Amino acid sequence: MKTKHKKIDYAKWGYFFILPFFVSFFIFSFIPLIDTIRYSFFEYYRSGIKEVGPNFIGIENYISLLGSDMLKYAANTLILWIIGFIPQIVIALVLAEWFVDARLKIHGTQFFKVVIYLPNLIMASAFAMLFFTMFSTNGPVNEILMSIGLIKEPFDFLGSVFGTRSLVGFMNFLMWFGNSTIMLMAAIMGISPDVFEASELDGCNSIQRFFYITLPQIRPILAYTLITAIIGGLQMFDVPQILTNGQGTPDRTSMTLIMFLNSHLKSRNYGMAGALSVYLFIVSGILCFFVYRMTNNDDPDGSKAAAKKAKKQRRR
Amino acid sequence: MKSKQSSHLRSIMAHMVLIILSFMCLFFFYILFINATRSHADLQKGFSALPGGYLFENLRNVANDGTFPMFKGILNSLFVSGCSAAIATYFSALTAYGLYAYDFKLKKAAFTFIMAILVMPTQVTAMGFLRLVTNMGMYDSLVPLIIPSIASPAVFYFMYSYLQSSLPMSLVEAARIDGSGEFGTFNRIVLPIMKPAIAVQAIFTFVGSWNNYFVPALIIQSKEKMTVPILIATLRGADYMNFDMGKIYTMILVAIVPIILVYLLLSKYIIAGVTLGGVKE
Repeated sequence: MKTKHKKIDYAKWGYFFILPFFVSFFIFSFIPLIDTIRYSFFEYYRSGIKEVGPNFIGIENYISLLGSDMLKYAANTLILWIIGFIPQIVIALVLAEWFVDARLKIHGTQFFKVVIYLPNLIMASAFAMLFFTMFSTNGPVNEILMSIGLIKEPFDFLGSVFGTRSLVGFMNFLMWFGNSTIMLMAAIMGISPDVFEASELDGCNSIQRFFYITLPQIRPILAYTLITAIIGGLQMFDVPQILTNGQGTPDRTSMTLIMFLNSHLKSRNYGMAGALSVYLFIVSGILCFFVYRMTNNDDPDGSKAAAKKAKKQRRR
Repeated sequence: MKSKQSSHLRSIMAHMVLIILSFMCLFFFYILFINATRSHADLQKGFSALPGGYLFENLRNVANDGTFPMFKGILNSLFVSGCSAAIATYFSALTAYGLYAYDFKLKKAAFTFIMAILVMPTQVTAMGFLRLVTNMGMYDSLVPLIIPSIASPAVFYFMYSYLQSSLPMSLVEAARIDGSGEFGTFNRIVLPIMKPAIAVQAIFTFVGSWNNYFVPALIIQSKEKMTVPILIATLRGADYMNFDMGKIYTMILVAIVPIILVYLLLSKYIIAGVTLGGVKE
């Protein structure tokens, strides 16, 4: 009886330990979220020095956003993300497979890992500024290309839709492929070596092994990488913002959703910014749900279910 | 025999691809370094693969530039990132221990809640956050860049996984029998055990905060409070064509050098830490 009483006493301490987290979350995330949702239903902006609103206007902000360029910016974000993500995941998969493959005898694995992860830690805004100066018409990249005779006149990378989008995609690729490689490598190393040995005995070549063993085995982590990458892509801001000075040039073809949100916040158009935030909140909420399911699933890769099934069959 | 030869070929190909990719990763930093060591006049003449002798001259110019107080910016960034890293790791460890060691009623609900917001983008609440900070009188101050990191779900998740694998409850019970208070147990026994996890997460939080641009750009207004990314952004917004290009390259260099130094010193731990925060095995 006494010990039971004591245990209840200790349990209450848990509340003290988790209190700071929840207080901080409540003040700095929850209240702002409610405020954001509330003002999304108001006409509330500043024109010049005069403040208009807040006047309640229902869902008008949401409707006028749909009529604005928001969908175009969503498409831009998606395009920029795909340009970076496709090469990123392909290269990461190939590299991860190579690093793990003992038969390839890769020298200096640690060195290569350190180098390919480096861009991930570099300040995205400084990286974008660096690319901006290097790819400008009189920048070093144009000078190099001209001196080796690839082009005759300087190419205006940032003046063309293709050039700007490729640069953003390329930078995203450079910044994230090392990270994905290391994640996927850990996943591949988690596969039981027995499976690989058995496949080798059965005369499986490296390409078959990749498609029939590695890929299916790491599917859960691949899915996790994909969804977190989508959430990261939704937040794309620093690189295109600095590269195009917040304009999304040329002709707003590299304007992302968060850049759009940023411009509303900078001009203090709280109503519109609120409605846009709510749209983003809904989309990221759905994506978060998938991540939650993955990280909290007791059986993320279906291995337990498979084991159970096998047991049943054996019993039979 | 044939398969041996083909795997030899594949090995050569793999090395070539790796070298090309590494070249791509390092090339831009190499150009950055070279150009930061050359004067404006040299840069106008064209590209050179060899460094010049102007680095210190450029550094002096950057230090003396009043419109872009880069070194003040680095101090601000160091302060914000250092405090954020300390606060985020300490309070995340505290939260993780609270949820790991105690069986209270709302334990499951609290855990589920944190996991649900694990990857929630901060941008969706930015508007309300900006208004809140303004109403609290903390607009244009470094404080709102630091305090919210008390609630860092990702750091919490890492700490929680670490506790699960390395803190036996018998140790806590032994401390209780010895008369240690609950917070005392946490600070004297649990924290030292969590040192490796704290170190890894401190690095990641520091880097994340150092590179953070979106929220600081909304909150900071005055020049002497700007962090490095905002200074880079104002540099981009200015009429850069009239600037000393050597100075611009040097500014970018000093913005990223601190992180590169940290990375080179701790790369082993950082790379090992990347995977630990992800999906559990």
